[in-house]
Amino acid sequence: MEKIKSLADLRKKREELQKNPNLMEKSNNPDQYVQIKVGMATSGIASGAKQVMDYLMEELDKRGVDAVVTQTGDMGYCYAEPTIEVKRPGEDPIVFGFVNVKRADEIIEKYIKNGELVEGIIPVNYESIDE
Amino acid sequence: MHLLVCGGTGCRASESEAVQLNLERELKEHGLENEVKVVTTGCFGFCEKGPIVKVHPDNTFYAQVKPADAKEIVEEHVLKGRKAERLLYFDPTRKEHISDNKHIGFYRKQIRIALRNCGFIDPENINEYLARDGYQALGKVLTDLSPSETIDIIKKSGLRGRGGGGFPTGLKWEITSKSMADQKYVVCNADEGDPGAFMDRSILEGDPHAVLEAMAICGYAIGGTKGLIYIRAEYPLAIKRLKIAIEQARNYGLLGENLFDSGFDFDIELRYGAGAFVCGEETALIHSMEGSRGEPTFKPPFPSVEGYLGKPTNVNNVETFANIPPIINKGAEWFASIGTERAKGTKVFALAGKINNVGLIEVPMGTTLREVIFEIGGGIKDGKKFKAVQTGGPSGGCLTEKHLDTPIEYDTLIAAGSMMGSGGMIVMDEDDCMVSVAKFYLDFTVEESCGKCSPCRIGNKRLYEMLETITKGEGTLETLHKLKLLGNVIKDTSLCGLGQSSPNPVLSTMDNFWDEYMAHVEDKKCPAGVCKSLLRYVVIPENCVGCTACARNCPVNCITGERKQVHYIDQSACVKCGTCLEKCKFNAIEII
Repeated sequence: MEKIKSLADLRKKREELQKNPNLMEKSNNPDQYVQIKVGMATSGIASGAKQVMDYLMEELDKRGVDAVVTQTGDMGYCYAEPTIEVKRPGEDPIVFGFVNVKRADEIIEKYIKNGELVEGIIPVNYESIDE
Repeated sequence: MHLLVCGGTGCRASESEAVQLNLERELKEHGLENEVKVVTTGCFGFCEKGPIVKVHPDNTFYAQVKPADAKEIVEEHVLKGRKAERLLYFDPTRKEHISDNKHIGFYRKQIRIALRNCGFIDPENINEYLARDGYQALGKVLTDLSPSETIDIIKKSGLRGRGGGGFPTGLKWEITSKSMADQKYVVCNADEGDPGAFMDRSILEGDPHAVLEAMAICGYAIGGTKGLIYIRAEYPLAIKRLKIAIEQARNYGLLGENLFDSGFDFDIELRYGAGAFVCGEETALIHSMEGSRGEPTFKPPFPSVEGYLGKPTNVNNVETFANIPPIINKGAEWFASIGTERAKGTKVFALAGKINNVGLIEVPMGTTLREVIFEIGGGIKDGKKFKAVQTGGPSGGCLTEKHLDTPIEYDTLIAAGSMMGSGGMIVMDEDDCMVSVAKFYLDFTVEESCGKCSPCRIGNKRLYEMLETITKGEGTLETLHKLKLLGNVIKDTSLCGLGQSSPNPVLSTMDNFWDEYMAHVEDKKCPAGVCKSLLRYVVIPENCVGCTACARNCPVNCITGERKQVHYIDQSACVKCGTCLEKCKFNAIEII
């Protein structure tokens, strides 16, 4: 792997990656992909996040939906684990809580495919430092 | 279009379900039920202004919506496309209606600094961290700043230790930097041991690079080239992700030799704790890392002067480190603008216990306990009454109703008889017995005392035994008197922080819940109905119909009575399992 030897290198790397960190290898037009993050910290995994993540990857592939599923840390909503964040192309991301395999299926069919919201949405209730 | 109706407990209590039904009916009347869907959501954390209705995707935010307002929202907003002004949130400071929830100033009570990447990036992929300004702070420090300028920024930011002590971080760095030695060490304290606290684990699992980057910055500032993370072996996932992160950072040359071509070397290794609570104390932690027993030693000398292997060592907690990169990137003034006069920035809390929204939150210093528990936390489970909140773990204390409006910062919590601690917050309701709670924490301390000094080793054991007598109904006023006396002696004479603070749960509950202690010793009753020895299950004759359900299910056959006759519980044989209470369909069993 190439070494980062200066602040300029690092900034260049950041610009490259910001275009789309997890999709770079996968596609030429990442804007068309649905991005899904699964909360895979200890609390998430203990509540079944791993099964949900496997299910999402397998089913999205089977149902021909262009999507990238990645893991992430604790979103903070331990009461509603497993939690996933879904970002449809060009839209704001939405977090869903209490996602088991059955709910994951509903999210794929209704929200991911048709943009129809389903129960279990967790509203954003904090300020991030990027804004 | 979607109408999102808050289904949090607070909003439900103010009729959000009726609001939702009415919205659905109105939509149907206008034949819009297929175009516009009504969806229940989780808590918006703004319960005070509930019920909340949010329109998606235009982000219009209606507050305090009553069931009768459904018509107006559907006819104005949905049909005519104009906002129902009257129902928009009214900002009392700006004196105007605000429609977009991004601009409701105090609506978002949380600011995520330490948790900025937690739940956003893949912790096992350094590229995602780099895309979110990762290692920019390290690059900036090594390229543009001298070590003393770096320390100045941290000092000016006002950051204080997040492990609980609240020692100014910049000052600690300065002391370590001024200690002369051929090698110095940066140690990250990841030995999170308070019951109910899991913020450090979440940061390490969700954003390991933030800690690595901050440790390298600290190394540069104090003049050390080696970092050590002391992490509990009970956190296997955090360990795995840290290992991956260290490897990836080395591959990019962000850890190792000659970082950013500046001539500065820094590398990090892991050291595993063996699950001893006292090893979170910095001197004990250092001894444990050296391979000795994890026992604390007297300070001074402070680790900043003489620490790991006798060399100057800077020990900071995980959350403290996680705050460092944003401070360097966004400046000391930005950080110091958040929080209060004496405590800057934010604090992460792990909410647990009888609270609706169990989880991790990050709030500016100075937020009140009421805001944390009743707004962000969504209030008490099952509509029960709030009784106390335990902060600061086994070293902290219980705060009550009268402390709810206390702003959370290091000094105010100490003044109220508790402490900040690492950030565990265990909420208790009316069903919790405070004597039993104190006993729970003492049990923990007795188990975790290292045994080096007698006040802690023997004293805590005696405290625990006294609490046990009280919960068994064998305590007297004399016991209470001794409890207080011994508690204060242990505080005054123990060697380290563990012993000096271990009687706090007892002393603070005695201060705040004296009546409850009195009830246990004088009336031999446990008001919360927790202490089994003090409970009596009895039949209420007026309600008993003689169905025999209790007698049939009693595991020790201590209930007698004919069919259709009032039953009787033999107290001498009763094991107080509660089965009869559970099985009775006629509310004919009560606990006295």
